[in-house]
Amino acid sequence: MKGVLLAALLCLACIPAFAQSGDAPLRFHDRAEETRFHALVSELRCVMCQNQSLADSNALVARELRSEVLDLMRQGKSDRQIEDFLVARYGEFVLYKPRVETRTWLLWFGPALLLLGGGLALAHVLRRHRGDKALPLDEPQEW
Amino acid sequence: MSTLRASRWLPLVVFALLAALLAAGVWLSRKPDRDVLPSTLIDKPAPGFSLPVLHEPGRLVTLDQLKGAPFLLNVWGSWCPSCRIEHPVVTRFAESKRLRVIGLDWKDERADALQWLEKFGNPYWLVLADYDGRTVIDLGVAAAPETFLVDADGIVRWKHVGPLTDADIEQQLLPQLAKLEPAP
Repeated sequence: MKGVLLAALLCLACIPAFAQSGDAPLRFHDRAEETRFHALVSELRCVMCQNQSLADSNALVARELRSEVLDLMRQGKSDRQIEDFLVARYGEFVLYKPRVETRTWLLWFGPALLLLGGGLALAHVLRRHRGDKALPLDEPQEW
Repeated sequence: MSTLRASRWLPLVVFALLAALLAAGVWLSRKPDRDVLPSTLIDKPAPGFSLPVLHEPGRLVTLDQLKGAPFLLNVWGSWCPSCRIEHPVVTRFAESKRLRVIGLDWKDERADALQWLEKFGNPYWLVLADYDGRTVIDLGVAAAPETFLVDADGIVRWKHVGPLTDADIEQQLLPQLAKLEPAP
């Protein structure tokens, strides 16, 4: 009797969960597919709520695109092809990690250039001061 | 002596450059619609589709059948609050009979969509239903409402994201439309 009651209560408890999900959650064939899917959608930006990834967003378009991504995976498309599919429709904006292209060289290598420039400037200043005889460290002063 | 003077001004120069960079950033983000993504479809062919007509589920309409004259494609849904906001604007424009205004009902329940049009009026020349949402994704739509101007050859010429206003139609759509029509 107690068991039946408990089972009934458990069933009641899961009603809100069913009520909440607008669309059925995605079902995966196996763990490998699930891992690949999550890796892919967390690298893609939701095009509507632009500060969320495709994985996090609950917007209609994000749900649609998640199921589209899973469909494309099942059609045997590579990650690159899936990204291309989205870029063709929504632009490069969907990629959190911009591709290395002529256009994005400054973005990718700019910080390294800045570091290099700063390092060279620092080396220059240090070298100049080393030659400086104004402040000899071991001044032979008699006490 | 002169090198000393130059190095004294260096911090100021660096500061000025930085200030200019930040000012440029502020200047570039001054537009209220800066979050709107540029469409990848402008001046490219609209993706082909074959979609059922909302009011006659058995009838399919393809993009090719709509070519021959420009049309406005308005993506909406009965679940979309902003679509209600733009509805009077779309209605006024459709009533001007300037061009065909075609509704694209996105991921909707047929009964809900019909009821919505019943309640708020149906300004559309034709309403197509995209139940599985494929065509809408092909169009690169992020959120309803979005509106596309497609020319007689099926090329997308203009796109508007979010609810249309009379000013959008006046200042953007009509000039784009004028470009499509041969000069008199």
